[in-house]
Amino acid sequence: MMKNGGRILLLVLVLSMFMTGFLFAQGGKEEAAGESEVTEIVYWQYFYETKEQTVSKLIEMFEAENPDIKVVQQTFPYEQYNTKVASSVPSGEGANIINLYYGWLPTYIDSGYLQPLPESKFSNEFIESEFFPLVGAAKFDGSYYALPTAVRSLALFWNKKLFAEAGLDPEVPPSTVEELVAFAKQLTETDKSGNYLQTGMTQELRAQLHHWVREVLIRQFGGTPYNEDGTQVTYNSQAGYDAFDFFVKLNTEENIGMPNFMTDDVTAFKSQMMGMTIDGSFRLGTFDALEELDYGVTELPSMNGERYNFASFWANGITSFTTGKELEASVKFLDYLTSETAMSMWLENVGELPAKKALAMKDEFKNNPKYGPFIRGLEYANATKFIDETAQRMVWIDAYDEVLLNGMSIKDAVDQAAATEQAVLDKYYSGK
Amino acid sequence: MIQESASRRSLERTKRIWAYLFLIVPVIFYVSIRFYPTLQAFFLSLTNWDIVSKDKEFIGLTNYRNLFKDEVFWKTLGNTGKYVIYGLPTSLLLGFIIAYNIDRVKRGSEIFKAVYFIPYITSMVAIAWVWRWLYQPAPIGVFNKILIAVGLPQQKFLFSQTQAIFSILATTIWADVGFQMIIFLAGIKQISRQYYEAAEIDGANNRNLLFRITLPLLKPTIVFLIVTGTIRYLRIFTQVLNMTYQGEGGPLNSTKPLVLYIYRSAFQQFDMGYAAAMTVILFLIILAITLVQLRVMRSED
Repeated sequence: MMKNGGRILLLVLVLSMFMTGFLFAQGGKEEAAGESEVTEIVYWQYFYETKEQTVSKLIEMFEAENPDIKVVQQTFPYEQYNTKVASSVPSGEGANIINLYYGWLPTYIDSGYLQPLPESKFSNEFIESEFFPLVGAAKFDGSYYALPTAVRSLALFWNKKLFAEAGLDPEVPPSTVEELVAFAKQLTETDKSGNYLQTGMTQELRAQLHHWVREVLIRQFGGTPYNEDGTQVTYNSQAGYDAFDFFVKLNTEENIGMPNFMTDDVTAFKSQMMGMTIDGSFRLGTFDALEELDYGVTELPSMNGERYNFASFWANGITSFTTGKELEASVKFLDYLTSETAMSMWLENVGELPAKKALAMKDEFKNNPKYGPFIRGLEYANATKFIDETAQRMVWIDAYDEVLLNGMSIKDAVDQAAATEQAVLDKYYSGK
Repeated sequence: MIQESASRRSLERTKRIWAYLFLIVPVIFYVSIRFYPTLQAFFLSLTNWDIVSKDKEFIGLTNYRNLFKDEVFWKTLGNTGKYVIYGLPTSLLLGFIIAYNIDRVKRGSEIFKAVYFIPYITSMVAIAWVWRWLYQPAPIGVFNKILIAVGLPQQKFLFSQTQAIFSILATTIWADVGFQMIIFLAGIKQISRQYYEAAEIDGANNRNLLFRITLPLLKPTIVFLIVTGTIRYLRIFTQVLNMTYQGEGGPLNSTKPLVLYIYRSAFQQFDMGYAAAMTVILFLIILAITLVQLRVMRSED
């Protein structure tokens, strides 16, 4: 009797543990089904304080206008964001609206994770007339899969205090590449044995400068980084060699700085030990937080009168398992996220530029001393059609190291970079 | 009488059932969290799964064939070998020397033990970042500042193809030596004093004591440290991820261990099949080395 009693007790215990699990799961579902009059959708982005706050505010305003929709925002740390998104794909779960770096879009579109934006609300004509052309990087096989609230471009930051100390006019930044090099020389300070105490300008390919080489210098030297549809590498040309040679010599011959000085260029500029840096508009917030840092922003320097820029963006797409009422609600929210209201708030709070041309080009934005140079840069900016940004950045870093550490010739290093990058592109496009 | 023993037996039986029940929980956990994914890796290595696709296409041994052609794979495999071949003997030797000397000091041995052991219990991420800054060029890096102060040229350390791997190893050994020391010390303490006393009466000097008594009797300890140490050095990851720029294992892959290459292939390139194939290779290497080590050590007995 005792024996059986013990066994039965055990069985009941184990079963009840399983059962409670089922019951909880069931309860959750019933509850969700019960509130059918309110549609709940989920929005994902990576955690960036001002971005999260701005979206929270936008959700509040959106829900006030649409009482039948509830938007839940979830954020994840930046370092894990792409892995988190990718691992949610096989399970077919996750967000209805998702914020993705434009360079990741090919992977997610190919896997069927995103659906094309509905023609009814976001027609190609509408997008192409309202948004900056660089948004075309989100267009695949004739359809747009994602739209940004904001875009980013590059500009030159200069430290006014260091300019004055070096005998330069603190209010006049370099406007040509020749001036950039000349000013940087004046800003550089070394000790007796040539160790840098202060550098003239950033040399950080790992940060934004691979974009500067790829989309700005190569074009300024008369070449193109890729062919028209971005499937072929074309910088293994004289222009490509010249551009990379120019870049490497900033370190080896002009001696106006080196990579990793003060660990990275943001730290070097923040601690006022580097005269000039090239960075995105998102960095304004970082630098504005430092009261003692007196800096100015200007457009990227021209060469032979030509200016180019690199633009990038994070775009919002709708996942393919979003259907019916959830889809309707998601389209409405996406429309709100890409409205002029949202864009103006984004510029003010996050520091990224409006993705709609008419809004960005308003005088108050275009002539703003800090945002202005970035916005003006958008007019002549290109967005690289990245397949794998990490790998495509790495080829330039490796080329640089090959030249500096292994004494490889500029031509061989660029050719090797081109071959490696072409393999990345081929692997992707051949699978299509 | 009979009834009493029967009820005692049933009580013991109940106790046993409970013991199994408690044991079954970790077993289920291990089977589902560790063994099942391990087996899954063998299967994945025969597919071209990219994490985001719904189906896993079976491609046979293509991943393994590509591995043999992949220069980076061979480079990282070589680096992993370097970590073991240079790192493990150095840390074992240092660990033993420290343990041997701590055993002989009369006062303050507890303080020495603590000082050498603290790095081992410190977070590897924290250690890696502090050392990363120590290695930086002036004006940030302390090592280079010292070099400049004594009139020597700056060294590239982490930014040099030749120095970087040893710079990372120095950090690793510094953190690892405490563990080797504690285990050696435990082994040394277990050796009976009688052996030494007897040998001293026979006129043995310190050298004889060390090579004839201490080291031979430490053999089980040494085997244990070599086996666990080899596996630990084969799996070096955290320090490279944190000490090289953006966790690349650079410059030019000169510090990238196999594990980091696996990680980046899987979770950055999303090339799960390829990463799984490398995992299988690493598994086979660890298995082979462990079996050989155990066999060699045992056959010498």
